[in-house]
Amino acid sequence: MKADGTMSNPLQQYLDLYRGHEQAINAGAPSVMNALRPAANSALGGIVLPRKGSEDYEATDLAAVLAPDYGVNVLRRAFEADVAQAFRCDVPNLSTHLYFCINDMYHPTRTALLHDQGGVVVETFRQAWQRHPQLLADQYGRLASLARPEVALNTLLAQDGLLVYVPDGVTAERPIQLVNILQAASPLMAVRRLLIVMGRNAHAQMLVCDHSQLPGDAASLALSVVEIVAHENATFDFYDLEETTSANRRISTLYVEQHTGSNVLVDGITLTNGFTRNNYHVEVNGEHASTQLLGMTIASGTQHVDTHTFIAHNAPRCHSNEMFKYVLNDNAVGAFAGRILVQLGCPRVEAYQGNRNLCASPTARMYTKPQLEIYTDDVKCSHGTTIGQLNQEALFYMRSRGIGEEQAKTMLMQAFVADVVDAVRMESLRDRLRHLVEKRFSGSLASCGNCLSPCKITE
Amino acid sequence: MDNLLEIKNLRASIEDKEILRGVNLTVRAGEVHAIMGPNGSGKSTLSAVLTGNPAYTVTGGEVTFSGKDLLALSPEDRAHEGLFLSFQYPVEIPGVSMVNFMRAAVNAKREYLGQEPLSATEFLKLMRERRTVVQLDNKLAGRAVNEGFSGGEKKRNEIFQMAMLEPRLSILDETDSGLDIDALRIVASGVNQLKSQDNATIVITHYQRLLDYIKPDFVHILYKGRIVMSAGPELALELEEKGYDWIKEKVDHEG
Repeated sequence: MKADGTMSNPLQQYLDLYRGHEQAINAGAPSVMNALRPAANSALGGIVLPRKGSEDYEATDLAAVLAPDYGVNVLRRAFEADVAQAFRCDVPNLSTHLYFCINDMYHPTRTALLHDQGGVVVETFRQAWQRHPQLLADQYGRLASLARPEVALNTLLAQDGLLVYVPDGVTAERPIQLVNILQAASPLMAVRRLLIVMGRNAHAQMLVCDHSQLPGDAASLALSVVEIVAHENATFDFYDLEETTSANRRISTLYVEQHTGSNVLVDGITLTNGFTRNNYHVEVNGEHASTQLLGMTIASGTQHVDTHTFIAHNAPRCHSNEMFKYVLNDNAVGAFAGRILVQLGCPRVEAYQGNRNLCASPTARMYTKPQLEIYTDDVKCSHGTTIGQLNQEALFYMRSRGIGEEQAKTMLMQAFVADVVDAVRMESLRDRLRHLVEKRFSGSLASCGNCLSPCKITE
Repeated sequence: MDNLLEIKNLRASIEDKEILRGVNLTVRAGEVHAIMGPNGSGKSTLSAVLTGNPAYTVTGGEVTFSGKDLLALSPEDRAHEGLFLSFQYPVEIPGVSMVNFMRAAVNAKREYLGQEPLSATEFLKLMRERRTVVQLDNKLAGRAVNEGFSGGEKKRNEIFQMAMLEPRLSILDETDSGLDIDALRIVASGVNQLKSQDNATIVITHYQRLLDYIKPDFVHILYKGRIVMSAGPELALELEEKGYDWIKEKVDHEG
């Protein structure tokens, strides 16, 4: 805040940080990352952050989220806390290949893949720069647009990331799991980056669990960019499960590029959080591609979850299905803005968008904006959005059978999100999620910190 | 014999419109009462008020159920005390399976009575046993509550729930409406199987037909929010023949 009461440009502090520590930031980072920084720097230099209430930021004040003086771990100091101690979910029967990311430092665990085991590559960008430099050079930052301030800021400061590469014809036998933990005593910004490249006929599933261990009063920010490329006939599932605390700030921007015949499912689930803004940007560039973009939010207290989606159908004969469901309680705020674009010359596209919301308390707020933009005839597209309260008739019916009011409400809220949970294609996660949702609604889901259940997935 | 249900001068309204204007009714264990009456006389309102539907406001009178002040209890506690309503329009609840729904209901009642919850095996056994009362098949457990049920299945499902919960007083609100003759037989037979000397039934109906299967001990006529006539089962036959006009005239004249 300036002396005259106006907000100073919250981006300036990061531009200053970069100017003052450019060498340190570049040190050890792959040169392909460093090469994009000047462009990110100039993109941010000329930018005015979008106001709250503007077209794409109806309910989110980006400037306010970026305003705190977050520390950035420029010198890549490793955290003293031992990963296993901080997070005790590394159980022996875990059936995923598990990786940790503490703030923005990546650590494989003992269930991580051995070097190129089964042909699947999971490595940090720094490792990839040694082993798969061409891939990283070709793909890093290709989808992510610097026109978005969130992406430009990430690109300016990111020093490492995680690459998942499944080469042509390879199937990852087990899901790949990444557990993100935001852990800081004072305000911190974790700058995270994921790059996923699925080769032709490659198949994999990935689960990202977002956790935080933060003191209640100091907000920290996880600023992440995810780029997913699915080549011809690849299949990829990406589940992003957030269970953080009220001090957690999350801005995530995810890009997908799909080629002919590819099948991609992206599912963003928020069970507990503080402030979250999730951007999804999908470009469907090949025929017969299939896209599932799903999301579910359960929010109470003062949780804030804002989802922004864009699906571009740039090729004919593709199918996309988008469904986001919110259950809001107390003073929670939800926002959804979704746009589907069907380009000229793309007949036989089927694209469906739905956003269904339940405001379970009179003080919860939902903002929603569905959009379809179609430039081709002979397509099947629809969008639908609803905001409602709990069905009073159903509630009374249940109570008349002896089910207590609170339990009846919980059952109805659970039922409301049941189809999104059922759409999860990873059976072990689906079962786990059903259990977590039940716990979340009955108020017994610990607000993170210690061992959390999603890691206890067993096949 | 002790009174199971005692309604004294019950008055109730919805959105400031008075529907019940002083209902008096006493039901003892082992009895079957039929309540008949023209459309809009307050039959469904009576069942809704007794089960505690929050859409209605009680404006006067008192109701004692098993010696307790019924109107002071929440809808769920009324159920635990043994009151059951077979809904005229059973509500569809997508996403909630019958098995979860019934298990929650049965175990809530057991908790209220200070009993241990049923294990999953015990519960499924009970469900298997009770669904035969109304000839529902084994797909029932996995289906969402009333979702996609035919009219007949919905009514059979109501009686199935009654069999599961073993109420002391069941109110059947137009359980015969929308049923073909075979479904009507199944539903009525289910009700009769559950009948005992310890429980009672109130049958709300427009037609004598149901009373051929579920034989009432008493027939009451509800008109303009009051029970205006009570008699034996022969009254239902008389109504079938003569309609309600003679009663309306009599009441309105005296009115």
